[in-house]
Amino acid sequence: MLGEGILKGMAETARNFAGSFVSKERLTTVEYPEQRIAPVENARVFPFLVYDTENWEAGMRCVACQICEKECPPKCIYIEKSKDKKPDAVGKQQFYPTRFDIDISVCMSCQICVEVCPFEAIKMDTEFELATDDRFGGLLLDRRQLSKSNEYYHQIHPTEAANVDARLAAEKVKADAKATAATVASAVKGAERPAPPTGAGD
Amino acid sequence: MTASTINSEKLEGWNRPPVIEPDGEGELLEVAMGPHHPSTHGVFRMDVALDGERVIRLKPVFGYLHRNHEKIAEGASYLASMPYTDRLDYFCSLTNNWAYALAVEKLVGQEVPERAEYIRVILAELTRIQNHASAIGFLIQEMGASGTPLMYAFKEREKILDLFESLTGSRMMCNYMRFGGCRVDVSAAWLDAARKVVAGLPSFIDEFENLLSGNEILMARCQGIGILRPDLAVNAGVTGPMLRGSGVNYDIRKVDHYGIYDRFKFRVPLGDHWDVYDRYMVRVLEMRESITILNQALKEIPGGPIMDPKAKIRGFRPKPGEAYGRIEAPKGELGFYLISDGGPNPYRYRVRPPSLINLTVLEDMCLGSNVADVVLIFGSVDIVLGEVDR
Repeated sequence: MLGEGILKGMAETARNFAGSFVSKERLTTVEYPEQRIAPVENARVFPFLVYDTENWEAGMRCVACQICEKECPPKCIYIEKSKDKKPDAVGKQQFYPTRFDIDISVCMSCQICVEVCPFEAIKMDTEFELATDDRFGGLLLDRRQLSKSNEYYHQIHPTEAANVDARLAAEKVKADAKATAATVASAVKGAERPAPPTGAGD
Repeated sequence: MTASTINSEKLEGWNRPPVIEPDGEGELLEVAMGPHHPSTHGVFRMDVALDGERVIRLKPVFGYLHRNHEKIAEGASYLASMPYTDRLDYFCSLTNNWAYALAVEKLVGQEVPERAEYIRVILAELTRIQNHASAIGFLIQEMGASGTPLMYAFKEREKILDLFESLTGSRMMCNYMRFGGCRVDVSAAWLDAARKVVAGLPSFIDEFENLLSGNEILMARCQGIGILRPDLAVNAGVTGPMLRGSGVNYDIRKVDHYGIYDRFKFRVPLGDHWDVYDRYMVRVLEMRESITILNQALKEIPGGPIMDPKAKIRGFRPKPGEAYGRIEAPKGELGFYLISDGGPNPYRYRVRPPSLINLTVLEDMCLGSNVADVVLIFGSVDIVLGEVDR
């Protein structure tokens, strides 16, 4: 019969229309600013820099190795390395970035900086409401704006952050053991020689 | 893809492309459809010469979305090109990832763990389903059904994108596969969620077919237009649902057995009228076949590592050589051709985009049809301009 297919299709839409009043799964719309869907755990938007302790500048994990700058596909990271050193999260003397900018108008949220970072210093944020009226300055984030605490990292990616913390703790134990062994060795070698200077900077 | 698969009786009278002569005395009207036209899926222009309503000539013009993907990739490290491949065909970023990863794995001779292969198959088939669903949705929208079928398709696509997001962190720009495996492991909870989504897919396709397949308007608009002869399709290098809609049995999953596709039982749907309706039907049937693959893969997925332990993330320098990796992407054969000179970046990087090559037969399909049908024929090719222009 001609028109049977059309009627069948209309029955389908009618079923969906009526069904949307009774079954909840047919109501798929979320009224965004008022209602929100919680972001999934490994959601990624733009990168941020992790710091430990209270002070963002002293506790910054980044050691300005510039690997992320080199590997970044759209080249949106700008790093300037410090001249002096300061102790990092593990306690080793390391350089730190005097400038660390990410141009988030260029960044494409690919997460490659996170994958290549050997110091667990850069991670992906889930914050996406970043609209600004300043096209250039407002989208070029400096290291102060990028720094977020480890607690915040735990908040947004709990499983991943716990793994990272465990790995860092293991590394610290290893580094401490090595340092103790080194001091013991140097003490044995010659007590007359002065210890090398540590912590030239702050 | 031999002569035996092509019904030669049907080729009578189709041996050369039809020459369309204008009739009557009026002048030809040249119309530029696009670059901003609701039917062009992006920025694409068709310069059509019309005699009344009939198309006499059609010239596709593209390049508006050119982003220099290949040259950028030749200056970047191998890994840095991976996120750019997401942006080729932004509906199917995971299959693009796979094709590129496959090419690099061939180049360096890297093994992929079994679990990673299963994950790739699952993700690729989910991608195929959401691509075909939305391709059909767009096709019907171009017919004038403003929105309803497309929204039905997108409702299902949303569930699949949610799966992608919870696994890879991004809905469309997944950047998930790596050379020698995948980036993060799938959890048991994710697999359960995937099983739930897959279990709901058959009823979605039934609903979709109830809505569309027997619809007289759809049949009147789609049947008998946009005929693509199998010999022309083969000669033009057309692949994917377009080629199978023309009745040529060629599916790289069957022909090439890349990955672990030889372990799964599935059929290859073929059309036998070579028209727009066949291309629509082939896509619907392919979605059903994808569901059977997904069911098998989700049942059999083994444990184990997801990354080759010898795989390197940084300092990746393949030995000099060349490789071509190709997969059956939802739109056709997607291939990446790489030449390495031993450096950290490829010497030559070439994408074989199915969308672009399927588009080359557009004029042959459109000649002699009405303008309204051109829109429909163009929709049945299923292109994404990000891949056409790169």
